[in-house]
Amino acid sequence: MTKIKGAVVIQTEQCKGCGLCVEACVSNVLTMSVNVNSRGYTYCLALNPELCIGCASCAVVCPDSCITVYRQKEESRRDEE
Amino acid sequence: MREQDIICEQNKVYSKSRILTDATMHYCPGCSHGVVHKLIAETIEEMGLQQRTIGVSPVGCAVFAYNYLDIDMAEAAHGRAPAVATAIKRLAPDKVVFTYQGDGDLSAIGTGEAIHACNRGESIVMFYINNAIYGMTGGQMAPTTLCGMKTATSPDGRDPKLHGYPYKIAEMLALLDGVCYVTRQTVASVTHIRRAKRAIRCAFENALAGRGVSFVEIVATCNSGWKMSPVAANKWLVENMLPFYPLGDIKNVKEE
Repeated sequence: MTKIKGAVVIQTEQCKGCGLCVEACVSNVLTMSVNVNSRGYTYCLALNPELCIGCASCAVVCPDSCITVYRQKEESRRDEE
Repeated sequence: MREQDIICEQNKVYSKSRILTDATMHYCPGCSHGVVHKLIAETIEEMGLQQRTIGVSPVGCAVFAYNYLDIDMAEAAHGRAPAVATAIKRLAPDKVVFTYQGDGDLSAIGTGEAIHACNRGESIVMFYINNAIYGMTGGQMAPTTLCGMKTATSPDGRDPKLHGYPYKIAEMLALLDGVCYVTRQTVASVTHIRRAKRAIRCAFENALAGRGVSFVEIVATCNSGWKMSPVAANKWLVENMLPFYPLGDIKNVKEE
């Protein structure tokens, strides 16, 4: 199984579907949904969560601050190996 | 390793600033205002200034900034934010006071207040969001609109013979002795956003040290007014706005 180093949590109800995070993501993790949220906006989704490196670029560019980013620390990853 | 194992408090590297409220911003999708609000909130949080900061919001799209930033804020009449900030700073000198204005507010109706607050050298921070258009009222031409740029009131593009030239108020204010720091930044990409945050921090540090006015211009997008998608608007900004509004520090008294 591919080792996950990062993870994103997206508040889809807060998302307005501007797509800046999809553009900013260097690992092609994110994509826009086909469905809409309760306010009628498409929202961003983690299509390939296993590719996430936790760089937080998506969260930095998000104007509505709806992305939280987690990254596994180097030492804790080494422990598991 | 499963995704759920990564999502825990100790692995968190980026989350919403506590200074930002839970209210959903009224800005259009992809608006630069959201990013700048976030940068200001993060800087105030990192510097521990939540109880000491007073913001002054303008008339324009950012008129409801007081709903989104969990700090003390005042609302000024159109263009008069630097005058209100002057009063607050003089009555409460230990507070960190900032104004947050757009190009219609600071460089059109409020040019006089801005210039005189800078000339008096009040130790405040002035944020100036320049998106080259009047976004709130429906995309009319602003003093900062680029030559040839189409807006609701210049449908054939801005003609300097008819409408005058766009102007760079940051360079003008840098000439004044009361101003200690003038910088122009943008929030069009991750790199730009990180640089802008450093500039915002520098401005707040100047205000704390009482060095004079710190003026931070953010070249911003108005994708609704420009009739573009947010991603296309950021690309357009880099290709068209930045050649006319070059980025970087214009004046920094601390370094000179």
